[in-house]
Amino acid sequence: MSLIATLARLEAVSTGRAQPIATVRHRRLSERPLVFVPLTTAGEAGAPLGALVGTDRDAPHLLVVPQPRDRDLRFAFLSELADIVLPYIDTYAEDVEAAERNETDPETGKRVKVEVELCADAPQLILPSRAGVDFVRLLGRSMRFRRTAEQDPETPYPAPPRVPLLGRWLTHFGERARVPGSSLLLAMTDVLARHWATGQSTLEDQHLGALLAWIAPPQGETGAEAALRAELARDAQGQLLCPPAGPATDPAFDNKLLAPAFERYDRARTALAAAEDGLEADDRLGDLTAAEREIRALVESRTRPTWDAVWRGLDLVRELPEAGRVEERWTRDRWSFTGHRDRVAAGEPPQPRRDDAVTAANKLAAREREQARLEAQEALDDPLVMAGRRLSGEAFAGEVTEVVMAYSEGKRPSPRPLVTVRTDDRPHLGERAKVFRSLGGKPQSAEFVGYEEALDKGDEDGGVGEDGRDAGALLVLRVLDKMGRGKEPEEGSVPEKGDLVCFTLFEHEQRGGAKLPDPEETPWTHGGPPGEQVSEAADPLTEEDVL
Amino acid sequence: MTAVFDPGAAATEATDAILRDTLHGTARGVVVDSPPGAGKSTLVVRAALELADAGRPLMVVAQTNAQVDDLVLRLAEKNPELPVGRLHSSDADPYDKALDDLPNVRKSAKAGDLGGLSVVISTAAKWAHVKVDEPWRHAIVDEAYQMRSDSLLAVAGLFERALFVGDPGQLDPFSIVGSEQWAGLSYDPSASAVTTLLAHNPALPQHRLPVSWRLPASAAPLVSDAFYPYTPFRSGTDHGDRHLSFGVPSDGSGPDRVIDEAAESGWGLLELPARHTPRTDPEAVRAVATVVRRLLDRGGAATSERSPDPAPLTADRIAVGTAHRDQAAAVRAALAELGVTDVTVDTANRLQGREYDVTVVLHPLSGRPDATAFHLETGRLCVLTSRHRHACIVVCRAGVSELLDDYPSTEPVQLGTLVKFPDGWEANHAVLARLAEHRVAWRP
Repeated sequence: MSLIATLARLEAVSTGRAQPIATVRHRRLSERPLVFVPLTTAGEAGAPLGALVGTDRDAPHLLVVPQPRDRDLRFAFLSELADIVLPYIDTYAEDVEAAERNETDPETGKRVKVEVELCADAPQLILPSRAGVDFVRLLGRSMRFRRTAEQDPETPYPAPPRVPLLGRWLTHFGERARVPGSSLLLAMTDVLARHWATGQSTLEDQHLGALLAWIAPPQGETGAEAALRAELARDAQGQLLCPPAGPATDPAFDNKLLAPAFERYDRARTALAAAEDGLEADDRLGDLTAAEREIRALVESRTRPTWDAVWRGLDLVRELPEAGRVEERWTRDRWSFTGHRDRVAAGEPPQPRRDDAVTAANKLAAREREQARLEAQEALDDPLVMAGRRLSGEAFAGEVTEVVMAYSEGKRPSPRPLVTVRTDDRPHLGERAKVFRSLGGKPQSAEFVGYEEALDKGDEDGGVGEDGRDAGALLVLRVLDKMGRGKEPEEGSVPEKGDLVCFTLFEHEQRGGAKLPDPEETPWTHGGPPGEQVSEAADPLTEEDVL
Repeated sequence: MTAVFDPGAAATEATDAILRDTLHGTARGVVVDSPPGAGKSTLVVRAALELADAGRPLMVVAQTNAQVDDLVLRLAEKNPELPVGRLHSSDADPYDKALDDLPNVRKSAKAGDLGGLSVVISTAAKWAHVKVDEPWRHAIVDEAYQMRSDSLLAVAGLFERALFVGDPGQLDPFSIVGSEQWAGLSYDPSASAVTTLLAHNPALPQHRLPVSWRLPASAAPLVSDAFYPYTPFRSGTDHGDRHLSFGVPSDGSGPDRVIDEAAESGWGLLELPARHTPRTDPEAVRAVATVVRRLLDRGGAATSERSPDPAPLTADRIAVGTAHRDQAAAVRAALAELGVTDVTVDTANRLQGREYDVTVVLHPLSGRPDATAFHLETGRLCVLTSRHRHACIVVCRAGVSELLDDYPSTEPVQLGTLVKFPDGWEANHAVLARLAEHRVAWRP
């Protein structure tokens, strides 16, 4: 944890309220996000119990699996989910704008610009917590290899038509969520924790109720009290007042309420199957419907508080203005979305279970690049984030006290002005360290020349101030670029005396990495080419899978 | 007849076997594990010269520019006639200026300019951008345990066969983003290059250099037991071969007493009272700086097998090692206040591969309330405690043993991954137990 984050947490403890650690919003929030609050069945990995899903905060769709161990009911749930999620995705897939992309011409091998479509906006999925994001990945994996009856008439348990497609999309969202700075799939706890520091541990911050309690405690209560209540308080029946954000449910709920309801449902179903005539069946169908309605009410009672909390979280984060470079990162999300849309349209097979060596290496490299980009962009967008970097010696801000013109040696001398900056920061500058500042959105680089010793040259600003305060260090930089082609630097390209400047020790833009070999040219050190991609079967059935 | 261990003969035997496999073997790869200071660079230079002599075009992959420049200088020193290519980046000051004085070293940012040279050397990052029609017949990959699997993937197409050399006990490569998704895959891109190589080619010949020429007889057993329990090594010198003495007698202070203890036994632990502190613990930083100041003031002299006459212990023969960069910066500032400027102060990552007479180490767990995976990493402690030829002084707050017991390793177990042993918890305990025998309490 950085020093400034520690300070913010201490301040949160002492004031009883979460402290802002950002002045702007560093993630894109769609105007019409799809909020998804799933619940899962205890002890049954990947068996959904129900969900609230939708784009309208006042009218969520309630989906329930009254008996999660019944494969058909599970498929019905996934089918309903597909009917909500896929049309939402489709609305974004259709609205496109023209864009250019660099591609390698297969005939000449040269890089050429190709006119392609780019979706004008992208869908956004909001989950309450990180565990929810993992659940999205699990759902994606469990669905994308399924076969529909249309794809394979022989398949023993055909999936409903659009379920495999939903699996591919959820997989794509889950995979994209691993890219730092992406906003296609967000966990509300992560978004809130990015913008506020609470007085509890980062582990506790993953409890959406407790996190919100710190950020916006009820009148007359401190964050700590409200958070404790959110975590522990139970009603007379022993149920949590603030149910966990899921997908896991509280054991007390499972044991006391859910299990008996399942039992009543199972009994009603068995009784219905055993009905001997129509009249009896009608009667018992009524019992079954009542039992199902009871489970629906239970699921709604545990998801609705989380649903409302997610929207409250969205309200809080939306109050912050969007940071300047969020749009650029969102454009990458749009490319990612468009790319997957095109792969689906082209009839490509679902994402493989495991990445091959080249794909894995490419993903890791891309994510490392995005992480570095995100850290740089957040600092450049937000003075509070930059303050943290300054405090840790990775940046410095100060006033220009002197500019001396100088030139490079060589046949055509170029401007290399020496700029003296007075700063109270303590950057970790090594010999000839490169530093960067943002000039019109582009990075201008300079080289650290040295510290100026003469702090006592009689300048009224220099040396130790009258109050005995340390007046900071004077450091000399040599500006290296972005000054135009002429002998004299272009207007405004060199800082002037009295300017306030902020330089970073980290680079602002990331270089692209080296191109890796194609998967079919995987070298012997990495097992050689992976071979033809075979279409993968869904997970095999086990006895436990069938009731 | 009793068998007397002859370190020189053992090392020669190992080197001969490695060169035999490299020059005349049939396997596509040869892996060499080298403990700290076991003559890895010497081996790389010798293998390069022999491959060049045999007329096989050779590419050498190192991990940092400093390592590349160092190898070029060593090659030129051994054989000034050998045509060597230094492939470098197109940044400003891409290589050591000392290379400009070597007539047979050609430098270029383009691999095409270096065609036909016996040996071409560059970093893995630069090699990754090179495209060739015909691969090199041979490659040497240096520091292969610090190279990530994905960077080997980027360069492995450039050569037919390779010699992989490295120290398995040093810091593992790391990535700045999570990579659990690929844990357990044989080609996990965040694993080390050797891990991936051996997972796919388990039959490759593997060798081990058995003798550390750097570590003194006092240090080799500790480092070997704590960090290489299944592949032990010996020191090349014996007790009494090296000697550290001081002209100015001790003034009885903690720093002076720990210096004397370290001069006598090779190890010293300067223990500060237990306390939870920020990373840049001002007291510990001051203690480190004071020890360095006293080392210089007391007129140290080092006698070793290299020369019969005592060599003065100067600032360039001393290094300070820390876990974090801000700690290094704090120590540098404290040293500057005491008027010391030429002593190397760096993090474990940057001290890898370097050698000094005396090192002063700020213990990674000193003053911490928790023991994270970063601070427990075996390689970090191994690097910090294996840079010295004479003595190592560790500065630490009391209570680290208790801290270790309070925080046993909690890293999730991933299926399919090789469990590294010893783990950081065990290694830290082993080192602390030995250091405790050389404890001196802080008394300024």
